[in-house]
Amino acid sequence: MPVPSVTDARLAALREEVRRIECAASAGERPCLPLGIPEVDERLAGGGLALGLQEVAPATPAPHDEAAATLFLAALAARFAYARGPGGQVLWALSRRDLFAPGLAQAGLTPDRLLYAECRNDEEILAVMEEGARHGGLPAMVGEVGRMAMASARRLQLAAEEGGGAALLLRRWRRRDADPLALPSPALARWRIACAPSTALPHEGIGRARWQVALVRQRGGPPYQWLLEAPDAEARLALSARSGDRPDQAERAHRRAA
Amino acid sequence: MPGRAGHWRPGARWAREAQPHDFVLRRAEGALVTVHKQGNRNLLAAVCPQARALGLAPGMPLTKARILVSGLDVRPADPAGDATWLFRLGLFAARRWTPRAALSGVDGLWLDLGGVAHLFGGERLMCERILAFLKRLGFTARIAVAGTAGAAHALARFGSAPITLCPAGREADALAPMSLAALRLEEELLGRADRLGLARIGELIAMPRAPLQRRFGAGLLTRLDQALGRAAEPFDPIVPEEPPSVLLRFMEPIASAEAIAEAAGEAVRRLLPALAEAGLGVRRLLLACTRVDSETQIVTVSLARATREGAHLAKLLCAKIETIDPGFGIERLRLVAARVEPLAPVPIEGEMAGARPPPDLALLIDRLAARLGVRRVHRLTALESDLPERSVGRAGPLASTANWPSWPRPVRLLSPPEPLEYVMAELPDAPPRRFRWRGESYRVAAADGPERVYGEWWRHEAERDSVRDYFQVEAEGGARFWLYRKGDGEDPATGDLSWHLHGLFA
Repeated sequence: MPVPSVTDARLAALREEVRRIECAASAGERPCLPLGIPEVDERLAGGGLALGLQEVAPATPAPHDEAAATLFLAALAARFAYARGPGGQVLWALSRRDLFAPGLAQAGLTPDRLLYAECRNDEEILAVMEEGARHGGLPAMVGEVGRMAMASARRLQLAAEEGGGAALLLRRWRRRDADPLALPSPALARWRIACAPSTALPHEGIGRARWQVALVRQRGGPPYQWLLEAPDAEARLALSARSGDRPDQAERAHRRAA
Repeated sequence: MPGRAGHWRPGARWAREAQPHDFVLRRAEGALVTVHKQGNRNLLAAVCPQARALGLAPGMPLTKARILVSGLDVRPADPAGDATWLFRLGLFAARRWTPRAALSGVDGLWLDLGGVAHLFGGERLMCERILAFLKRLGFTARIAVAGTAGAAHALARFGSAPITLCPAGREADALAPMSLAALRLEEELLGRADRLGLARIGELIAMPRAPLQRRFGAGLLTRLDQALGRAAEPFDPIVPEEPPSVLLRFMEPIASAEAIAEAAGEAVRRLLPALAEAGLGVRRLLLACTRVDSETQIVTVSLARATREGAHLAKLLCAKIETIDPGFGIERLRLVAARVEPLAPVPIEGEMAGARPPPDLALLIDRLAARLGVRRVHRLTALESDLPERSVGRAGPLASTANWPSWPRPVRLLSPPEPLEYVMAELPDAPPRRFRWRGESYRVAAADGPERVYGEWWRHEAERDSVRDYFQVEAEGGARFWLYRKGDGEDPATGDLSWHLHGLFA
């Protein structure tokens, strides 16, 4: 039967073309920003965070996971801003007023780098981020959205790629059973963040926070997950040492006591 | 005085004579004086009516005033500020009362009433209106209307009534009983006239002119002639600056968005040369559209930084066109640069090096402000307060900001803080071991604290004793919270020991 074979041939040709485009995109032609942690960068397609749309979602609707996702986003945005030099500015589009700027400053997003835009709804947040991306001078835009229209997200992704900035979206849980990452999206990478217990200190006090960071999906690469430590004042995340690699704390504590 | 008998001390006259009347110590209740420095002496520059009633006068040394009256409210004089106020008042007068208004010295205004008094119902009614207006502003004023500027100056400052109307041609009679100081003469001339025994203007008018000219030079006679209307006097009016604007009238009323956009673009194009010539940039642009039914609709565009970029201005205006209701059509369109700032040319950086300069952030801010509203695009900056909810303040999108001190702070703050239940904690300063929040129980695995924050008694009386002890805790599972306990755990006046959750770390 001639007709199916023609369709097959065209389909195959199209598939081949799409694969070529995707490979070209993933083979380092898309500009990337290394995260500075070799174990993470080697798993990321292109060797770093791709400039474009990235989604970050808390693993559960619990507020502490959302706070972790916010801080992770702030660290990513700060890294993009640092890469642009001393004048790198980040636009943060928000619709809720619970963000606490001193906390962001401690993750590296100091107030002189952060411009806020108060929006009324999710649609407006995406539109404001798109405006920021089209401006072309911002290294990163951050937005907090619950519902995301596919068309707006695609426009945002295109604008971010053209403008050379990163559009970072915090996907909030709108209902307990509605995973924000369940629906497809045009994002280059989707992350899921959960709080993890920190390492116990040999003395009283609280250690550096740790997160279970899962790269759920990325364009041009397989998913992966890491146990990362929260960013320091210069937005440097760190890979948490596995228990086997950790220095012997009991012995160290003993030495200190001696 | 037995101890001092036998001594003669020069200058100790006060000990023998009765206390002079002048040295009675008086208490001032809210008497206000301003002080300026002359040489190395502090002299009173101005006194309020209350202080005047207590015997103080401008020109008196401050030390003397302090001896005479205790509890004076002394403030530094602000001549520049006074001049600014006077100029603003003159500007207002030039806009509202008469087209010709000028500054007269540092404390007066000249208004040329030629051809305007009838608009206010005559000279007296006009003066009353002006006095009432000034009273509402908090100024005490005296007004004199005379045929010459010199006579008006003298009658307003040396007359007694709040309103003096001098009939035309009678300046000489009105001025005759006044002292020579009313003629705006220099100190030195006044001194010489005083030595001659000349005190009143009337005596001066009666004297022959030639000896006066010989003795005092031209200055005295010129001032006298100016006051009597025999010599002309220059008048330097305040010219109010009109904001640059453009008016477009249409042959046919326009109603479509495209036509309005085209017209707005044309208005911007016509406005720009005037701005460029004056070296000004726009901070706020007003587009007033007058409809056929003579209703006016105004669209405002604010800019983060002064600009003269036509394309940018037109784009911002066009984004607002959808808010205009054209009705049956718009027949007049007026574009006003309501707020302008000096805008000098700036050097372009990086062009020679080949690097493309980054796009101006102000353009983005303008676009966002046009979309969201001016107040919704901002920065946050540190305020000097230890209470977390008061430590964040807004700043303009291009303003400079201050960073917070590096105490541990959460990334999300609950407002208001939410109370915790079933908290188990040791007093006075141990972190909780377990607590319940929003219906879920948490066991604390690690904690740090307390960080003690005191109430700000200088803001609210109720915060005088209050204390919060903040703890940073990590629950089992890794969730991190920022909790506080009201009170220091020892003194019940500092708080009721209730626990609250204020923020979430990550």
